[in-house]
Amino acid sequence: MAKEQKIKCVVWDLDNTLWDGILAENDQLLLRENVVRVIRILDERGILQSIASRNDRDAALARLQAFGLEAFFLYPQIHWDSKADSIARIAKTLNIGINTFAFVDDQPFERDEVRFAHPEVLCIDAAEVDGIPDLPAMMPRFITDDSRQRRAMYRSDQLRNEQEAEFTGPKEAFLATLEMEVTIAPAVEEDLQRAEELTVRTNQLNATGYTYGYEELRAFSQSPDHRLWIAGLDDKYGTYGKIGLVLMETSADAWVIKLLLMSCRVMARGVGSILISLIRQQASKHGVRLLAEFVPTERNRMMYITYKFAGFKEIGEDERGVTLLENDLSRIPPFPEYVRMRLTGMA
Amino acid sequence: METTVKIREFLEKFIRDADVADDEDLFATGLVTSLFAMHLVLFLEKEFGVKVDNRDLDFDNFRTINAIVALIEKKRATA
Repeated sequence: MAKEQKIKCVVWDLDNTLWDGILAENDQLLLRENVVRVIRILDERGILQSIASRNDRDAALARLQAFGLEAFFLYPQIHWDSKADSIARIAKTLNIGINTFAFVDDQPFERDEVRFAHPEVLCIDAAEVDGIPDLPAMMPRFITDDSRQRRAMYRSDQLRNEQEAEFTGPKEAFLATLEMEVTIAPAVEEDLQRAEELTVRTNQLNATGYTYGYEELRAFSQSPDHRLWIAGLDDKYGTYGKIGLVLMETSADAWVIKLLLMSCRVMARGVGSILISLIRQQASKHGVRLLAEFVPTERNRMMYITYKFAGFKEIGEDERGVTLLENDLSRIPPFPEYVRMRLTGMA
Repeated sequence: METTVKIREFLEKFIRDADVADDEDLFATGLVTSLFAMHLVLFLEKEFGVKVDNRDLDFDNFRTINAIVALIEKKRATA
């Protein structure tokens, strides 16, 4: 495991890890209070948590509920299949990389199996639980409002996903049922930690892969030669938090998009296209050329396609090998009817 | 034509007004989500066994059903 990788999700075993005793053997189960303490600390830090346990699902969920803990765990995997598969399934459902996972289990066999299938997962012996909060991998650089709400936001996602799976009409009609509201404004001081967190956490939907630190972002937010916008999304199920970021270098004759990113939780919501649409409208209003930088990575092809579908064309490479795209600002579409736009600070 | 039918079937899963004419702008009314654009490209690559290069990714190649069909035929002819 790369030492620098921060953990985004911890997957817990149940028997003799979360509680003393074995559920299937009708033991008297004793909740381990020190484990609960760790679960609460991680939750506060915005680290997601789930379960991989070989047990009867209904019986185990009933015990979790009785202990008042069920709400802490997203997509718990309680069945008799392999835990390596369970972890892969959780990663896929949450749409986060498996190299950001940790797994806690008292059984060396289970840890070995997970380690064998996924060498990038951090496997932790249940006996070492008390040390978990002090591991550097478990310490996010910042704890923002968005991190504190992360579990709640993923739980509303779970609800939305269920609704979306049940919805039989076209996707566009489903979007219309969500009553989405997009907020876009220049980033202010309180947004900067979240902005940094977004640049660090987002790989798939980052058009250049650039990451910026807090101080750099603050300088951009105050610079007359830059625009730094942050986007939020809400719908009838609740808030998604701040989910998009744009950084542009702005001069009198051209705006250059240095960074365009959005959280992978909103990639099916059209927020990237809405951001680009707003940028095009504003560039057109200011009478400037609009350029965008793009640096291909293994995972960000979607951002290239997003640019191209918004009418950007490649015009060459700069001296660093960065692809440059330009938009001719013709045929700028209106915002889609299914979203309500709240724009502030757009001079 | 078979290509047209397959593309139309795919679009019906995403677009509300699936009765579009073959030469009608698919994206005139709203915006495309990144995921839809990605799905469309991956669908074309898988269904028709073509590789959509960055060069092909101009919006004009995807704007209408006819344009998409033309792109697929061009890719197949040069494959």
